[in-house]
Amino acid sequence: MGQKKLLTGNHAIAEAVKIAKPDVIAAYPITPQTPIVEKLAEMTENGELDAEFVRVESEYAALSVILGAISAGARGFTATSSQGLLYMYEVCWWVAGSRLPMVMAIATRAIGAPWNIHGDHNDIIVLRDTGWIIGMVENAQEAFDMTLQAFKISEEVSLPFAVGLDGFQLTHTAEVVEIRDYELPKRKLLPHTIEPSSKFALNAVTSGIPKLKARHEQAKDLEKAKEIIKEVDKEFPVSYGGLVEEYKLEDADYIVVMMGGWCGDAKDAIDLLRKEGIQIGMLRLRFLRPFPTKEIEKLDGNILVVDRSNSDYRGVLGLEVSAIKNGIKNVITGFGGMELDTQDFVKIFKKFVNNEIKDVEWWYGSAER
Amino acid sequence: MRLKTLNDVDYLISKPKIGAAGKTGLWRQFKPVVDEKACKLCKVCILYCPENVIEIVNDQLKIDYEYCKGCGICSNVCISNAIKMVEERE
Repeated sequence: MGQKKLLTGNHAIAEAVKIAKPDVIAAYPITPQTPIVEKLAEMTENGELDAEFVRVESEYAALSVILGAISAGARGFTATSSQGLLYMYEVCWWVAGSRLPMVMAIATRAIGAPWNIHGDHNDIIVLRDTGWIIGMVENAQEAFDMTLQAFKISEEVSLPFAVGLDGFQLTHTAEVVEIRDYELPKRKLLPHTIEPSSKFALNAVTSGIPKLKARHEQAKDLEKAKEIIKEVDKEFPVSYGGLVEEYKLEDADYIVVMMGGWCGDAKDAIDLLRKEGIQIGMLRLRFLRPFPTKEIEKLDGNILVVDRSNSDYRGVLGLEVSAIKNGIKNVITGFGGMELDTQDFVKIFKKFVNNEIKDVEWWYGSAER
Repeated sequence: MRLKTLNDVDYLISKPKIGAAGKTGLWRQFKPVVDEKACKLCKVCILYCPENVIEIVNDQLKIDYEYCKGCGICSNVCISNAIKMVEERE
């Protein structure tokens, strides 16, 4: 058993990054991510962490600095949120397309307009098509664990890894976190790592077929990441179940599909409904990319997807799940820091069990519309 | 690791090759001409040439006109005014 510390989600990530010993960290502050890189700056300043901490003028520069560093074989880390992620969005494609490993923490937050600095999932979902591995954690411990695992998984498949944690609900809430005894080997060099003696240029101009091949290979390796995620999950001191966590699912007639911090409250609601004899369970998505297709195919029961992000009228997870399963219900709620407690989930789930939820329902709770 | 050799990422890399874009000297509208008497072989033009087409052969500046695009940077940086840009005819 490792040492236990009282840590916020943000500081849990910083502690995990310290163990991973990145060579280069570059970041630009943005709420609610800032405490991650503040902590890492403190660690590099007082000598706890031997890393190059690069202070940059923007998120675009932050990820560009990391792109250069990881091209040369360094282990890299950055963190951002919301508008910051949008500002570095172009470079997100460059990193994934160049088949380079790194880890970025995303403290998920709403995107303007209208202006809002609080939590929802509309920022992290923009990474869906980039080729990044995208994880979402439920609590500070998982934020710590996934960040450590992320370096290993990312370096194995040569694809960047985004660790998502809900802004404020997780980033600014302190929990007891166990510092795991887990060794990370040094980063291995890739065949296309740039060294002074390299006789090639990275990122040549491509046209047609090579471009198709590049995206195809990237997609295939993202699929392969599924196996590696499961392997790393198994060898880790604590196993979460791989791409998904199954909660009271074995005999469930009603299945809730969700991701992120609010799953904890929803699980409490499931426990309350179970006491009333309702056979309800949860499939918690730990990963949005690669998407747990097989785990969703296997589901046998009525499905409700609860979303914290949308794309046109439907929720993003609702869209993803409905590509695999017919007849699902989809609730969209919790935007811009809107808090849902256990009782809210009890209400939503009861309506779902009573077949009173519309195919797509925007949930306002008891608030005035 | 999934990526083992450069062949696994052949779509990502390019290797240096002379004239990969053809005889780029054909693009030239103005030709750099060296005044041998004025040239002090200081090599500043060699440092600045973006096409790497200038070298010194037998104590004389030699420009490879097959690939010189005629950008004029050598003429601009020459501290001895030894390189004149002359308009190409035909």
